[in-house]
Amino acid sequence: MELKSLTYLIVGASFVLYIGIAIWSRAHNTKEFYVAGKTVSPIANGMATAADWMSAASFISMAGLIAFLGYDASVYLMGWTGGYVLLALFLAPYLRKFGKFTVPEFIGERYYSKVARIVAVICLIFVSFTYVAGQMRGVGIVFSRFLEVEVTVGLIIGMGIVFIYAVLGGMKGITYTQVAQYCVLIFAYTVPAVFIAIQITDNPIPQLAFGSTITESGVGLLDKLDSIVTSLGFNQYTTGTKSKIDIFCITLALMAGTAGLPHVIVRFFTVPKVKDARTSAGFALLFIAVLYTTAPAVGVMARYNLINTIQEGQVGAIDGNLLYSERPEWMERWEKTKLLQFEDKNGDGRIQYYNDQNQSFAKTAHVFGWEGNELTVDRDIMVLANPEMAKAPDWVIALVAAGGIAAALSTAAGLLLVISAAISHDLVKGIFLPNISEKNELRVGRIAAAAAILIAGYLGFDPPGWVAQVVAFAFGLAAASLFPAILLGIFFKRVNKEGAIAGMIVGLLFTYAYIEYFKGLFLKWAGSPWGENIASNWWLGISPEGIGVIGMLLNFVVAISISYMTAPPPDHIKYMVENIRIPRINE
Amino acid sequence: MKKENHSAYWKANLRLVSICMFFWFLCSYGFGILFVEALNSIQIGGFKLGFWFAQQGSIYIFVILIFFYAWRINKIDQKYNVHED
Repeated sequence: MELKSLTYLIVGASFVLYIGIAIWSRAHNTKEFYVAGKTVSPIANGMATAADWMSAASFISMAGLIAFLGYDASVYLMGWTGGYVLLALFLAPYLRKFGKFTVPEFIGERYYSKVARIVAVICLIFVSFTYVAGQMRGVGIVFSRFLEVEVTVGLIIGMGIVFIYAVLGGMKGITYTQVAQYCVLIFAYTVPAVFIAIQITDNPIPQLAFGSTITESGVGLLDKLDSIVTSLGFNQYTTGTKSKIDIFCITLALMAGTAGLPHVIVRFFTVPKVKDARTSAGFALLFIAVLYTTAPAVGVMARYNLINTIQEGQVGAIDGNLLYSERPEWMERWEKTKLLQFEDKNGDGRIQYYNDQNQSFAKTAHVFGWEGNELTVDRDIMVLANPEMAKAPDWVIALVAAGGIAAALSTAAGLLLVISAAISHDLVKGIFLPNISEKNELRVGRIAAAAAILIAGYLGFDPPGWVAQVVAFAFGLAAASLFPAILLGIFFKRVNKEGAIAGMIVGLLFTYAYIEYFKGLFLKWAGSPWGENIASNWWLGISPEGIGVIGMLLNFVVAISISYMTAPPPDHIKYMVENIRIPRINE
Repeated sequence: MKKENHSAYWKANLRLVSICMFFWFLCSYGFGILFVEALNSIQIGGFKLGFWFAQQGSIYIFVILIFFYAWRINKIDQKYNVHED
């Protein structure tokens, strides 16, 4: 069968599966709509959390990012996994014991304040929308590359599918479709990785293969990669270029941000018991780790494969580089998408791929007769073209398409649900219409979910230029606002309404101001960014990606000091905190 | 009696959390970031050790830590008789 029809078949089959599950697991009441009736098993919730967490960016872009950044990309690997330890030890079991539906609801009740609840809703909506815009774009891109339809058409198909199972099924429908989506995406990610691992090293386990030796030369893969990239003027793969304090802060901001993301936290409201919330976090990270430990292996092997293909012989030898006319078929195919581009700058008919930004290497390159890097490679190719580079059969390529779509859809659905719950449960029922009937609240939730899909679709169709920047903002914001507020609420009885609100606002504003200053978000019309985004300008050498850590520390300091200056929280709040700390109170 | 039991339980929990956080910090921020150069001089099975911790080892330890915490805290729940059913 032709590749295109095979892709249609596999992607189509996965859609039938998701919609079938959605119809089978329709939500009938608000409890099912918001928290899947609190009946999800810890393993199923772990899989759903993993699918929810791993977005199109994790699936498509992360390995490519690692391939080009090397050691510096460790911030993403540690940052996006270590947050689960914080979740499991500090948040998930206690929020489950609290036993309500949403994150703002906890903040509102713990700090006995509607203002606190509204501040939390604002943080939540901002974080979730910036995230979901990127997901919808991801859906559109995957559709357009693999099914050869317009990005817009892909986007509309994706919106339609999410609409069916998020609006109908609520959290219950989303949970069980996410379980299926996890299986699809992890299979699609690991199979090509195994193919490429066998091809390069003969070791079928990617996690071990990238520390093995290359079959044809007997040299260690990482050693070979280090020496070949440095001989082409790139930075050594296994060591970094970022400063220690920056690596430290970015990792911590991503970890705290992960633990503070509402769409992740809310997943732990769906399990039956406190005990289940603890183990479920372990299963979630286990399932995430399968992809996150494979990604660095894919990064190394893809980078090696690319360079090895182009740099056939000795660096600098006249016939050391690949002739453009003899390039492999997969390069030809990806040139059509413009994600891979060749320009013969020195007119020798061969491809030179090296770091022409490196001043100290320029002289050497000149001696070789090289007049600039001739190949530009989009990072996303690393995962998408991997099966082709490894000469895997067509069904594997089709599977990668289905996996990318599953990753994007599952994350989008989870985000849309927390947005709709924040609107129907926290704003409409919690603040404006406390007497609304359950039936009507469910209706409002569905309408909010539908509206959120339309807005997200629009953002995905016409993403504001700053979408890439705001991802860092989403994590920084969650780390500086929601994470400290929840953590203090559980572990620090003395923190009161005044302290928590002041802390959230200070953390939020500080983090926002720093990112606005260096990257420019909403105040472009007023001339932002005002500062050049380079290391020598940063405060304490911390980049905007890592500044959420300082915002978080400020939040802690402000919240605690203001709390001690004002009246302690009322007794029923202290009792409530004691109650959520203990799995079962003996009466 | 009841109140003392609860505060003893909470203390035991905090002790366990501190132990886990120590290893959490050590394997990622310690081995993967602060002492990465020193560990990189050790090579195990084709990996520089610091690089391996930053891109593989820390993640495995995170998974183990969560299950370890869940297992120990369940025992502590039983000991202080605050476990669910």
